[in-house]
Amino acid sequence: MNIIVCLKQVPATTEVKVDPQTNTIIREGIKSIINPLDSYALEEGVRLKERCGGKVTAISMGPPQAEEALREAISLGADEAVLICDKAFAGADTWATAYTLAAAIGKLGQYDIVICGRQTLDGDTGQVGPQLAEMLGVAFIAYVSKIEEVAPQRLRVRRMVEEGYEVIEAALPAVITVVKEINVPRLPSLRGLARAKSAAIPVWTAGELGLDPKLVGLSGSFTRVIKVFSPQRTCRGEVLQGELEGQVECLVSRLKDAGVI
Amino acid sequence: MEYFLTEEQKTIKSLARKIAEERILPVRAELDEKEEFPWAIMKDLADADMFRVFVPKEYEGLGYGCLELCLVVEELSRICSGVAVSYAASALGSFILIDYGSEEQKRKYLPDIASGKKLTAFALSEPTAGSDAAAIKTTAEKVEGGYVLNGTKQFITNGGEAEIYTVIALTDKTRGARGASAFIVEKDTPGFSFGKKEKKMGIRASATRELIFRNCLVPEENLIGKLGMGFLMTMRLLDRSRPGIGAQALGIAQGALEAAVDYAQQRIQFGHPLISQPVVQDMLAEMAIQVEAARALVYAAARTVDSGARNFTEASAMAKVFASDTAMKVTTDAVQICGGAGYMKDYPVEKMMRDAKITQIYEGANQVLRNAIAVELRKRKARTE
Repeated sequence: MNIIVCLKQVPATTEVKVDPQTNTIIREGIKSIINPLDSYALEEGVRLKERCGGKVTAISMGPPQAEEALREAISLGADEAVLICDKAFAGADTWATAYTLAAAIGKLGQYDIVICGRQTLDGDTGQVGPQLAEMLGVAFIAYVSKIEEVAPQRLRVRRMVEEGYEVIEAALPAVITVVKEINVPRLPSLRGLARAKSAAIPVWTAGELGLDPKLVGLSGSFTRVIKVFSPQRTCRGEVLQGELEGQVECLVSRLKDAGVI
Repeated sequence: MEYFLTEEQKTIKSLARKIAEERILPVRAELDEKEEFPWAIMKDLADADMFRVFVPKEYEGLGYGCLELCLVVEELSRICSGVAVSYAASALGSFILIDYGSEEQKRKYLPDIASGKKLTAFALSEPTAGSDAAAIKTTAEKVEGGYVLNGTKQFITNGGEAEIYTVIALTDKTRGARGASAFIVEKDTPGFSFGKKEKKMGIRASATRELIFRNCLVPEENLIGKLGMGFLMTMRLLDRSRPGIGAQALGIAQGALEAAVDYAQQRIQFGHPLISQPVVQDMLAEMAIQVEAARALVYAAARTVDSGARNFTEASAMAKVFASDTAMKVTTDAVQICGGAGYMKDYPVEKMMRDAKITQIYEGANQVLRNAIAVELRKRKARTE
């Protein structure tokens, strides 16, 4: 199987700081990691390879330092990695990102499955996976919690839905996004770390992908981030005190006042 | 301090720390409480190639030396030395095979040891033979096609869990220490069974068990090296492995020091953090000095072993004695600094104090090793006269 795992390097924190001028994430001084959900995607890719044979290629669109994330991916079992990096890609929204990734996957050639994390820790949109499938023109399954069966040209998985799970079959090639319930990612191995250190990681630019610079990065993005802010917490809880009967009366009158009953 | 570790050594150390913090820390109290063998963690260590560290490259290992093994043991022990000793015991059970085994024996056993698929154990001690190892009574009688083992081994680390055992037995009772030989005995060999599993003060995640041999026929090809060399091989083995016990003690002491500093920083008494009390500062400084000195000695001894020196009895004994005495002292002081909380099982330092004690006892009691160091001093003096 030819397995492609898409991953993103993100700041190792949920407390993302945003530059008020440019509305982009401040990366300085914050350690970068593989987006946690993408590490589940990578682990599932490596397990799939161990089960069915084949090759895992990790790809990432990002700044030059995203190469570290790709080296880490190799230490965790990826066979090869490609960094998609060009100044023209900066400021891409999910559409422009998916567009660029789709071009890179096209350049990689024949593939059976593309695995992505459900969403990223920083952007949190969860859109790149489905957009990528759309652009590649292949089947898409979101929120996969288990790969039940892989047959030639066919895949059966469980996908999480709000009240349980669905079992879905899709024709291959396909794109799936995974949830953290799917596996427990392994730690790196000494041999993996040695391979990661010496691996050659090619860098593909817009030119090498044959992409029009106007269609990628900020200029290829349909959306603009106008403002990024942490929402004010307006609701707050209250614990009623006193005798049970009094508490019930108080609760009922509060609910009436609020127009709930 | 700067120990001039290579990039590879730093990688090994940091990966061992990552495994310890991410996989061992969350379960160490439970493993200790339940005296449960840490199979899941052995699998993690195997997946991370940690069992390849001490196996030569020709047999699917990574071919590292004593120092690299010490770095792994130190980092695992910083979190749980019960887990660390289960790992280290598999190295101990492999070294005689690695150093004296035939090509055929090494091809047969080492790849599975390197992959972590099979654990090993080293079996020397008996009810009547602890420090006086030459007093073993287990016999290996030559018969058609092999040797028949009879006897009981005691306090064997990884007993019952390991698949491959290096067993020292007497092939010639009349020759004493010169009559001992080393054998590979596989688990499930008829006549080989396990006695009681010991309940221990510390390192409770590790398995310590009796091995019982009752007319256990071991094939001829399982004899390691030459007949009668068992005791010499054992002495050489223990000289080589002792820095590892030093590393274990060092890791325990390091963990206890860190826990004591954390507590002293957080604990407010008389309106100030404990760490602002000069008497506590004095204790912590002394602990830090001892830990760093132990580290310097353990690394230096390990490097001496790796240098190919002919005799490293003294170096490895010094490292083991100093580091284990340090571990006992530092963990005791860590409990003292943490006070009532430190005495309770909710805090890790009481476990560290229980775990530290064994490092002064096994692989040569510190008294026996001090004696060995003194013997070396006298020999050197005699040579210069």
